[in-house]
Amino acid sequence: MTAAPLLAVENLSVAFGGHPAVSGLSFTVKRGETVALVGESGSGKSATALAIMGLVGRDGGRVTAGRILLDGTPPLDLAALPEPALRRLRGRRIAQVFQEPMTALNPVIPLGEQVAEALRLHEGMGRAAARAAARAAFARVGIPDPDRRLDQFPHELSGGLRQRVMIAMALACRPDLLIADEPTTALDVTTQAGILDLLRRLQAETGMGILFITHDMGVVAEIAQRMVVLRAGRKQEEGPVAQVFARPRADYTRMLMAAAPRLGAGSPPAPRDPAPVLGVEDLSVGFPTGPFWARRVHHAVAGVSLTIGRGETLGLVGESGCGKSTVARAILRLIEPSAGRVRLMGRDLAGLSAAALRPLRAEAQIVFQDPFASLNPRLTVRDLVTEPAAIHGRLPPGGRRALAAELLARVGLEPEAADRWPHQFSGGQRQRLCIARALSVRPALIIADEPVSALDVSVARQVTDLFARLQREDGMAILFISHDVAVVERVSHRIAVMQAGRIVETGPTEAVLAAPRHPYTQRLLAAVPRPEPGRLRPALPEAPPPPPVVLRAGARPARAPLVAVGPGHLAAIDAVPPPVRAARLPAAAEA
Amino acid sequence: MLSRSLTVLARMTVTFLVIVTLVFFATRMTGNPVDFVVGEGLTSEDRALLIRYFELDGSWWAQYRAFLRGFIDGNFGLSFIERRPVAEIVAARIWPSLQLLLSAMALTLVVALPLGILAAIRRDHWTGSAAMAVAFLGYAVPNFVLAVFLILVFAYWLNWLPVVGNATALHFILPTVTLAAGLIAALTRFTRNAMLDVLGQDYMRTARAKGLPERRVILHHGLRNAGITILSVIGLQVAGLAAAGSVVVESIFAWPGIGDLLVRSAIRRDYPVLQFGVIAVAAAVIVINAAVDLAYAWADPRLRRGTLA
Repeated sequence: MTAAPLLAVENLSVAFGGHPAVSGLSFTVKRGETVALVGESGSGKSATALAIMGLVGRDGGRVTAGRILLDGTPPLDLAALPEPALRRLRGRRIAQVFQEPMTALNPVIPLGEQVAEALRLHEGMGRAAARAAARAAFARVGIPDPDRRLDQFPHELSGGLRQRVMIAMALACRPDLLIADEPTTALDVTTQAGILDLLRRLQAETGMGILFITHDMGVVAEIAQRMVVLRAGRKQEEGPVAQVFARPRADYTRMLMAAAPRLGAGSPPAPRDPAPVLGVEDLSVGFPTGPFWARRVHHAVAGVSLTIGRGETLGLVGESGCGKSTVARAILRLIEPSAGRVRLMGRDLAGLSAAALRPLRAEAQIVFQDPFASLNPRLTVRDLVTEPAAIHGRLPPGGRRALAAELLARVGLEPEAADRWPHQFSGGQRQRLCIARALSVRPALIIADEPVSALDVSVARQVTDLFARLQREDGMAILFISHDVAVVERVSHRIAVMQAGRIVETGPTEAVLAAPRHPYTQRLLAAVPRPEPGRLRPALPEAPPPPPVVLRAGARPARAPLVAVGPGHLAAIDAVPPPVRAARLPAAAEA
Repeated sequence: MLSRSLTVLARMTVTFLVIVTLVFFATRMTGNPVDFVVGEGLTSEDRALLIRYFELDGSWWAQYRAFLRGFIDGNFGLSFIERRPVAEIVAARIWPSLQLLLSAMALTLVVALPLGILAAIRRDHWTGSAAMAVAFLGYAVPNFVLAVFLILVFAYWLNWLPVVGNATALHFILPTVTLAAGLIAALTRFTRNAMLDVLGQDYMRTARAKGLPERRVILHHGLRNAGITILSVIGLQVAGLAAAGSVVVESIFAWPGIGDLLVRSAIRRDYPVLQFGVIAVAAAVIVINAAVDLAYAWADPRLRRGTLA
């Protein structure tokens, strides 16, 4: 092994048109080392990756200065190499894993073939040999039943398995350098833990260098030895991860650290005996699926009960597909629940006609995940944020203009914003607009469905702070839905953990997070990456698989009655060991 | 795949029955065929005799049943004018029409796919714009105008190509070009749009990151995906062409095909031929549609095997 680093980026500048994306960036990656490239959106992380891959020109950018040296005999400058030479390196010596495993795999080509074609190309293998090698690559990344997977297509696999296929594809030709561009951002935390473990193991086997691009400080602490912090295309800081975490030198790094949600950082104190705002009892939602001669029902929500009081925030956490968004929509009757009762301010919403429901809609407003998709681009901000008030006839004397000014001030935007259009705002500002719109009718309940998941950590922090301030001022109840336990902890007085359409554990935030009782909660919490370098993540505790949710029509999904395991702390009965259940049952009766 | 094939088959059968029924009632609604065929100067006794002879005195329901029974027996009637079985007359016309259809489709694919792909990958370059200009020209010029222009240039002035009939391979050139022009225009545009959609997809970047040559990235990864959209357009075009598109072209070039037959029999009020010709064309359209449906499932694995949700 040579002393030279595997990859040396020297003074790299990349521009898209006249707009510089990366300016004077230098860093190195050694063999067997993982370097994290950290930054928020627009920091130039992905542009750097594209430049190393020699693909930046495809996206309309170009390397304007600097060198990208890949070790070898002779060393190669990737920034100056002609396309045919770059092409021979791509997939063979440098490979990349992309963020979104659904769209990054070709939907109409069998998975085995997608891996095998690189082997045929770079290693000159025949069809049979390449297929066998693809099978071995699948087995190496821990894909169960690799023979069957070879002939499957991306839509037949879960997100985690797809990302494993992506990794198998990238590593098929044993590259020296792997660029992993937010490879786990689109995945659930438990899946993420598996992928991070896999990358570490493969690195130990092959000695490849990894350039790991991420915005998540917890992931950085878990996987990288060194880190480079990037902001607006400029390097802010570089160093060993432990050192940067312990003594961040750049202001920006300190800000990122402070903004990053950190599990165990504490939750707000709960209000005392709040007046009930929302009461959900035994809510169920089923979707028909399958052909008409073998009709089945997908029980997305199976018997969910929850309450939220005035001035209280209930955090609803769970992994993708667990039914948390369906709960939100069923409460608002944006989709029809198949069973159960929803009481809002003492009125039962179930069974109300659309007309009878309409006045009550002013009491419950929703904020969605994607602020780019949830604002009508053809309306001015004034019309957007005051629309619910106008629909419900709740405009103040000054009309839309006065109301818009007041709402914008409350969410921390300039009053001049009223005359502008949604596309003129950043993601965080748009989410503020969505919140202002929800506030316009002074609702008793706001349902926030993953409201900060599409935002950078620093912006997400501001938005969660805004929710907390508005709640102190107005005392509305908030149902805060997120897949990110750490974010939920920061905003929620109580939390409810959802798995496969059921709530498996609920209680005061502190109690549930400090002493989780349900194996699924324990597994979920163990998988959350902590921004603590050097900490070894414990092996994820095994949780029993949830009961099936797709049943033949007419069959009832399994119920999980909750029993008290602490003051206000309930866990699903199937998970609580018998002695505890017996000991705690009287307490439940008292409570 | 099996259940999909069965669904397709069931749909074909129902569609065909509906068309047969429509054709039956549509022709009956035009009046009593005896009046059209024999014309003036018929005594009322003879007229009644003829009506009885052709079993036109029964109820519509009885006639419809007789019509269907004839269908099942393969007895589709005789041409009023040629006194030959209509099946024989139509059968003789199918192959020339099919030949013309196939050659036009082949020309369309050979020209439109590369042109569309070129227009997509060179969309910021003058070659891309030029490809689209050519395609637009095909849209703007009606096929009978194009036919007359081609005849004028290549047959009348230059005297290079024959115009009438289908005797030799040379006879194919002008009708094929005329027929394909509109198809090329449409398919080029669709190919370009489908490719543009695909070019921006993440998996194209993945393919390049594997180090695949650009040619393979475009043709294997890109066209395989764009092909699904393109396939549906081709299906519609072929079906449209088989249904009516070639009537004008066959008439102009005196091509002994089914379009020409339909026009002639309509003009001469040869209703059995017209009726059977329409049904034969409908059957062709149905078969083409079904083939496209199945090809669609073959091209898109997401349709072939349902999502395992």
